[in-house]
Amino acid sequence: MTCGFRKCGAFPALMFVALQFGCICLRADEISNAVTTLQSAQPAGKGSVELRAAVKTLSGGGEKAMLPVLTGFKTASPLAANWLRNAFEAVVSVEAGAKRSLPAATLEAFITDSSQSPIARRLAYETLKTQTPGIKGKLIPGMLLDPSAEFRRDAVALLIEEATKTDAAGVSTPLLQKALSGAVHEDQVKTIAEALKKNGETINIQRHFGFIPQWSIVGPFDNKGGKGFATAFTPESETADGKSIDGNVEYDGQLGKVQWKSLATEDDFGVFDIAKQIENYKGSLMYARTQWSSSKDQNAEVRLGTPNAWKLWVNGKLVFEREEYHRSVQMDQYTVPVSLKAGENTIMLKVCQNEQEQEWAQRYQFQLRICDNSGSAILPQTTTAQSEVKSGATR
Amino acid sequence: MIKSLHYGVVILLTAMSGIVNSADWKQFRGNDANSVAVGESLPTELSGDTIAWKAPLPGRGLSGPIIVGNKVFVSASSGYTQDRLHVICIDAATGDSAWERQFNATGRTMTHEKMSNATPTMASDGERVLAFFSSNDLICLNMAGELQWFRGLGSEFPNASNSLGMSSSPIIVGSTVVVQVESDAEAFACGVDMNSGETIWQLERPRAANWTSPSLFPATSDQPALVLLQSSKGLTAVDPATGKVVWNFDKGASTIPSATVSDGTIVIPSNGLTVIRPSGDNFEQLWNSAGLSPSTPSPVVIDGRAFVLNNAGVLSAGDIKTGERAWQLRLRGSFSSTPIAAGGYLYAFNEAGNAFVIKPEPDKGIIVSELDLAETILCSPGASNGALYVRSDKHLFKLAKQP
Repeated sequence: MTCGFRKCGAFPALMFVALQFGCICLRADEISNAVTTLQSAQPAGKGSVELRAAVKTLSGGGEKAMLPVLTGFKTASPLAANWLRNAFEAVVSVEAGAKRSLPAATLEAFITDSSQSPIARRLAYETLKTQTPGIKGKLIPGMLLDPSAEFRRDAVALLIEEATKTDAAGVSTPLLQKALSGAVHEDQVKTIAEALKKNGETINIQRHFGFIPQWSIVGPFDNKGGKGFATAFTPESETADGKSIDGNVEYDGQLGKVQWKSLATEDDFGVFDIAKQIENYKGSLMYARTQWSSSKDQNAEVRLGTPNAWKLWVNGKLVFEREEYHRSVQMDQYTVPVSLKAGENTIMLKVCQNEQEQEWAQRYQFQLRICDNSGSAILPQTTTAQSEVKSGATR
Repeated sequence: MIKSLHYGVVILLTAMSGIVNSADWKQFRGNDANSVAVGESLPTELSGDTIAWKAPLPGRGLSGPIIVGNKVFVSASSGYTQDRLHVICIDAATGDSAWERQFNATGRTMTHEKMSNATPTMASDGERVLAFFSSNDLICLNMAGELQWFRGLGSEFPNASNSLGMSSSPIIVGSTVVVQVESDAEAFACGVDMNSGETIWQLERPRAANWTSPSLFPATSDQPALVLLQSSKGLTAVDPATGKVVWNFDKGASTIPSATVSDGTIVIPSNGLTVIRPSGDNFEQLWNSAGLSPSTPSPVVIDGRAFVLNNAGVLSAGDIKTGERAWQLRLRGSFSSTPIAAGGYLYAFNEAGNAFVIKPEPDKGIIVSELDLAETILCSPGASNGALYVRSDKHLFKLAKQP
């Protein structure tokens, strides 16, 4: 059904009345076109007039517009997803104003469809929860391995809560182990690990998160005055050329000849501490390289934590660089989307230390892991990522 | 004469470009970004009875409230990684939620644990509100919560972030919003068209971490308004319409407290405190005082006195004409919040949630009353229509005289 008065001058006023009293008269193609407009949102503020109009259109779409808007998230950029989100919230607001119930079955089916956008599913869930609080108990326990980190977090929290209700290790340990299988956040994994430890169980946190413990490292190279960050020393240019590491080759380092050496970290969170494991050479830089075997061609995230300036190459391609020193360090401090190929992938990191003298500016370290966008580890085909040379000190 | 007439028209057009209500508090440190609530009479005897209402807030936030008409707006961020962005509109009379809109951050959300993604204070031109976040998401909504435009400056400029968090609040001048996005790895300031969300101008800035906010040098009879961009290098005056640099003070400045403007002079947190008087495309330095050194809160000027709060929670008053320190008053605790001035009183909130009402006398400061809100307060408050608004992580408070 269409509105015959659409082309007349009274349309805006009638639209207002329609929105207030719930006359829903949008055609499916009008909804689809508006969703498409929002999906195509461009950066830099381009097209905001058309985007606003699309939100306005959809806001009167009622229940009919909800699913098209939510499914639209799947192919939307993060920017476009925010336009879609605003449209969905506008629809819900109008529906609430008209005192109409949400389409619970439709929303629930969407929430449980894990092929849809995690953000859209979470939006649908939080919206439905306002009307049906019991949806949490119904859906969340089944979301332990969900693609959405938020759903996983809720499911893990429920299991931790259940486990803490008992002192019997025989009861709590299986619950905690189950919780661990879905946990992707540091705080929850630490809580679980601590509780399991009390039950006499140990877990491999490093492997759980997919941290890479084994690296080939060469250095130090000169970074006095921060000039090394932009200087391509030989290991860097060789990696860009796709060359493999030769542990017998010597390079001109900052303090003499240096060679690639293999080093590993046993830290739970994969922290490779250059300052402790090698030395805190002030005004220096190191190259760290590893081979990571992928079971298939896949998109993944490299998540890095370091207080030092850095550059990251995957298969010889520079994927991100950042020249910032000592502004804190945290697990998953940086997220870099990458494409991995089936078979061996070369990951190389350039880690730079500056010459600051303050006590809080002495860290020289990194931690790096491969995961999906929920933060769940993607493990290499081989047991651990491989360094390419024999063990030993770097100098 | 023609030049004066031209600038008079500019002032008039600037004033007309938004719906201006003198009782509004439209951006960080107020309409003129100087922390002075002109014409406001706020309660001086704070007590539990002066808490008119206390509204719950989601997530976390250090951003201050802004007030437009009968609505209070505040931002927040929530979620394990603080990637959920909230823009909240609250009825000023009742404390009831009028609407809330949420978004997902498109830039980096990591901050120091003391900060949050929702650290910059919102801004409004009276017709629209802007929310800005540490993730460099700049969001413009109309007064009904409808999205007008969205700039993901964090994704457009992925290196312009700080792992400790970003805190610079936007400032609106005429139809342009000016934001400073400055970090060690990438730094710029830009003017964005309030109508379209498109960039009008972009200025490369010193590559260094910077948490200060742009200040406003109001239009005069012979010069349009200037936006003052502070950094570790100093203070740069920029034409907000074009991004053209008008003058540059290059003696260095703090990267946390921001400059404030009073009676044609600019009070800069630089080597303690430095006061300059701009004139045309230049400026004259009036004085410098190392003894007046603000920590996190920005300086406030009223009644011929410049006030600064230091790391130890000591309030110092200096003569605005000479920089000579007149008196000091030890408050209690640490302060992140910039005090505001109204009706000859200063209102300061420490991090522990203690509010202090201070009456500055010529030779001393007197604490008139105190109120313990018992929640961490790091934001700068807002004032409107006889009420003081301040937020913690958990609540937005309205403090007002009892009816």
